[in-house]
Amino acid sequence: MTLTQILLFAALALLAGRFYKVVNRNWLLFVASVLAVFWLQPASAIRNLFFFLPCLSLSLAALVWSLTLPRDVGFKREDWRAVALLVGLALFLSATRYFESLCCLTASRPPQIELVAFLLVLISALVIIIFRLGRGRTWLLNLAVLFILLLFIVLKSEPVALRVSAGLRSLGGQDPQLASSLDIGWLGFSYIAFRLIHTLRDRLAGRLPQVSLRDFVTYIVFFPALTAGPIDRIQRFQGDLQRNFTLQPDQIFSAGRRLVTGLFMKFILADGLAFFALNSINAVQTQSSIWMWLLLLAFSFRLFFDFAGYTQIAIGLGMLFGIFLPENFDRPYLKPNITAFWNSWHITLAQWFRSYYFNPLTRFLRIRNLPVWLIILFAQLSTMALIGLWHGLTWNFLAWGLWHGGGLFVHNQWVQFTKTRRIVRNPKLSLSFGIFATFAFVTLGWVWFALPQPADALRVLRILFGIAA
Amino acid sequence: MEAKKISLARLLFKAALIFLLCNLIFASFNPIPALGRLTLYNWVLPGRERLPYGDDPPRAYNLNLYSLEAMFASHKLSGAEKTTGEFRVLVVGDSSVWGFLLENKDTLTAALNRAGLQTVDGRKVVFYNLGHPTISLTKDLMILDYAMQYQPDLILWFVTLEAFPNAKQISSPLVQNNPDRIRDLSSQYDLSIDPNSPEFANADFWDGTLIGQRRNLANLLRLQLYGLMWAATGIDVFIPETIELRAVDLESNEDYYGQQPPALNEDELALDVIQAGLAQAGEVPVLIVNEPIFVSSGANSHIRYNSFYPRWAYDGYRELLRSFASAHGWNYSDLWQAADNAEFTNTPIHLTPRGTLELAEALIAVLGEQFDLQISP
Repeated sequence: MTLTQILLFAALALLAGRFYKVVNRNWLLFVASVLAVFWLQPASAIRNLFFFLPCLSLSLAALVWSLTLPRDVGFKREDWRAVALLVGLALFLSATRYFESLCCLTASRPPQIELVAFLLVLISALVIIIFRLGRGRTWLLNLAVLFILLLFIVLKSEPVALRVSAGLRSLGGQDPQLASSLDIGWLGFSYIAFRLIHTLRDRLAGRLPQVSLRDFVTYIVFFPALTAGPIDRIQRFQGDLQRNFTLQPDQIFSAGRRLVTGLFMKFILADGLAFFALNSINAVQTQSSIWMWLLLLAFSFRLFFDFAGYTQIAIGLGMLFGIFLPENFDRPYLKPNITAFWNSWHITLAQWFRSYYFNPLTRFLRIRNLPVWLIILFAQLSTMALIGLWHGLTWNFLAWGLWHGGGLFVHNQWVQFTKTRRIVRNPKLSLSFGIFATFAFVTLGWVWFALPQPADALRVLRILFGIAA
Repeated sequence: MEAKKISLARLLFKAALIFLLCNLIFASFNPIPALGRLTLYNWVLPGRERLPYGDDPPRAYNLNLYSLEAMFASHKLSGAEKTTGEFRVLVVGDSSVWGFLLENKDTLTAALNRAGLQTVDGRKVVFYNLGHPTISLTKDLMILDYAMQYQPDLILWFVTLEAFPNAKQISSPLVQNNPDRIRDLSSQYDLSIDPNSPEFANADFWDGTLIGQRRNLANLLRLQLYGLMWAATGIDVFIPETIELRAVDLESNEDYYGQQPPALNEDELALDVIQAGLAQAGEVPVLIVNEPIFVSSGANSHIRYNSFYPRWAYDGYRELLRSFASAHGWNYSDLWQAADNAEFTNTPIHLTPRGTLELAEALIAVLGEQFDLQISP
C-alpha cells in the first residue's frame, strides 16, 4: 500500500464512522474490501491480468465458501445480496473503461464488459454446482486445499510462473518471448491462500462456524491485511463483525497511534535503511567486513521495520473499522532464544504452521514410535523449510528455513540438556548473552534470505567473518 | 480525578494549524541552503571525488540535485584543508571532466593526481574534479563562482563548442534551478542571458513551503543515505555492460544552432561567460582547454566531424577561440586531438580510461610549459 492509499483508507474509516447509524458497517467493509482488491492490484504486462487476478481472488473466496457450507444450510437472502453485489461491482468496475475519470479504480483500463460478464456467469455456475453437489464433501475440501497449494507452487516457482506467463501471453495474443516470472504479481495471494486453507481445514475438523458469504469474502480479502497480514482466524474475525461498533474518540486515538507508528516505521525507518540494506548487487560490490556487517544490520532492521510497520498500519486501519486484528510482532529482536523469537516474529504465520502442519505432523510421527529427538528434528526442519519456501521456491529460502529449523532444534536440545543441570549462574548475564546470540543468529540467517544465489550468501558469510573469498 | 476529554476536531484543527505555520515559516526563511551544508560527508563518510550526479541512483549510489551547497558539502574539496604544501587546481567542465562512464580511478583528475606533479617551489599539485555532466558555460561559471571560496591556485576550464551557443546557456537543469545565482552573475558581468527566460524554474511563495520543497528535501536526505554505499563500495557511477558507441556515419546536415556556413556568428556564442569566469577568478590563473573530440571517417565525414559538429562550425570555433585568447591574453590550449579516435565512448566528447590518460599526458605537457608544473622526481 502506498502512503496515499493508507491515508485514503483512514479517511474513509473516519468518515464512515460518523454514519454507522445509517450505513451497515459490515456491508461497507464488504464493498470496500472488494473494491480495494481491484484498486490495490498493480498493473501487469499480461493483458487484463490486473483485472482478472482480483476476480480470481474473489471467485476463490466464493467457491471455498460454497464448499465449506454445512449440507443443511442453504443460500440466505443476505448471501444472494452478496452475490449480486459481487457481480454488480465487477461489472461496474469493468464499465469504468468507458469513463476515463473513473478508471483510477483499477491499475489500467478494464477489459470489455461482455468478457467480464461471461466469466462471471461461468464462476457463478461453478459456485452453484459446488453448492448443490459438493458442499461439505471431504474429498472436495481436500481437493480444494491441493488446488490452492498448486496455485501457490505456480506463483512461487520462477520457472513455472514463467511458463504460465508465456501461456497467458499467447492466450491474449501477446508475444510469449517477452514473458517474465514477475508478470503474475497476484496481490495478497499468499495471505488469501493461508486464510482459505485455514477455513477448509477447520471445516474438515468441524471447527468452522457458519459464516455468511458477505462475512466470508470480507474475511478473506479484508483490505488492511490483504498485502502483508496478519493472518487472522475466521472465528475471531467473525466475532468482531457480529459485535456492535461505533467509532469512539479513544479508538481513533489508539488507531491513530498505531498508524503514525506504522507509517514512521515503514516510510521513514525501513525506506531509509533500504538505501544501504544488503542486496544481491551491493553484496558483490562490498569487500570490507565492517561495511558488510553494516549492510546486513541495515537489512535486518529494514525487514523488521517494514513488516512490523505494515502490521501496525493494518491493525490501526482495522481498529478504525472495528476489526481488531491480532498482533504479529512482539519485540522479536529482544528475545533471549530462537524459540522465543519465533513466538514473536510473524506470530500469526508461525501459529498457522503450528496448527496446520507442525502439530498434526508430530502427532502422526509419535504414533510411529520414533525417538522423540528425531521427531522434533524432522518436524522443526520441515516446518521451517516450508515457511522458507512460502517466500519463494528457491534454494536460498530453503536454506534460510533450514537455518532456523536447525536453530530451533539445537535450542530445544539445549533446554532438555539444561533441565537437569545447573549451567546458568548469572541470570542477567545469561539473558543478555541470549538476546545477543539470538539476534546474531537471526541476522546471519538473513544473509540466505537477502541473496537469491547461495554462492553469494556463502561469500558474504566469509567476508563477514574476515575469511578471504 | 476525571481524565480530560480530548476533542478530535480540536486536535485535527490544531495539527492543521501547526502544519500550516511550519510551512509558512519554512517558506519565509528558505533553510534549504543551510540544510544543504549539513552533511555526513568529510566527517562520518569520506567526501566524494566528484560532484553528485546520477541518472540511476539505486545503482550509482549517486543522484542529481540542485543545491550547490549540498553538492559541494559532499565533495572532498570541502573537507580538504589547504596546507602550505598544496598547490590546489580546480578542474571545471562538462561530463568529460566529470568522467561519464568512467570509474573514479579513471577520471582525468585521477590520472593527473597519479602523475604526481609539483611546483618549482616543491608544492604538491592536487587536482579536484568539479566537472558536471551538463554542457553549458554558464553552468561552469556558476560552479567556478561557488568554488572560489576553496582557495584555488589554478583553474582548468575544459570547454567545447557545444557549451558556447547562447541558446544552450540555460538548458542545464542545474542552471534552471538556480535562477537567483545566475541572475546575480548576469547582472554582475552584464551577460547576455535573459533574466526572465521561461527556462528558469521560478519558484513562487508556495513552492518554497515544506510541501513545495519536499523533493529537494528528500534529495538532501538521499544524498546522505547514498553516501553510506559510496563509502562501502567506492562506487558513484553506474556503467552498463554494453554501451551504444558514438555515431560514425553522420547526417549531411550543416546547420549549427540555426547558423549556416561559412562563418560562425560570434554574437551567438557565450564568449562573455568565459570573460566573466576569468574576472571571477581574479588573480588566480585560468587555463582554458578546448577538449578532445571524436573525428569520424564514416559517411558524410567530409561535412561533419561528428554528430555534434559540422566541420565549418567547429573549425570556425577553434579559430575564434584562438584569436580571442590571443587578443585577451587568456591562457589557452587547444587539445582537440589529444586522444585517439578509437578512445571515444558514447558521445564525441566522452573518453575511455585510455583516452583520458592520453589527454592527461597532453595536459601535463601544457601545464609544464605554461605553469612550470613538473612531474616530481
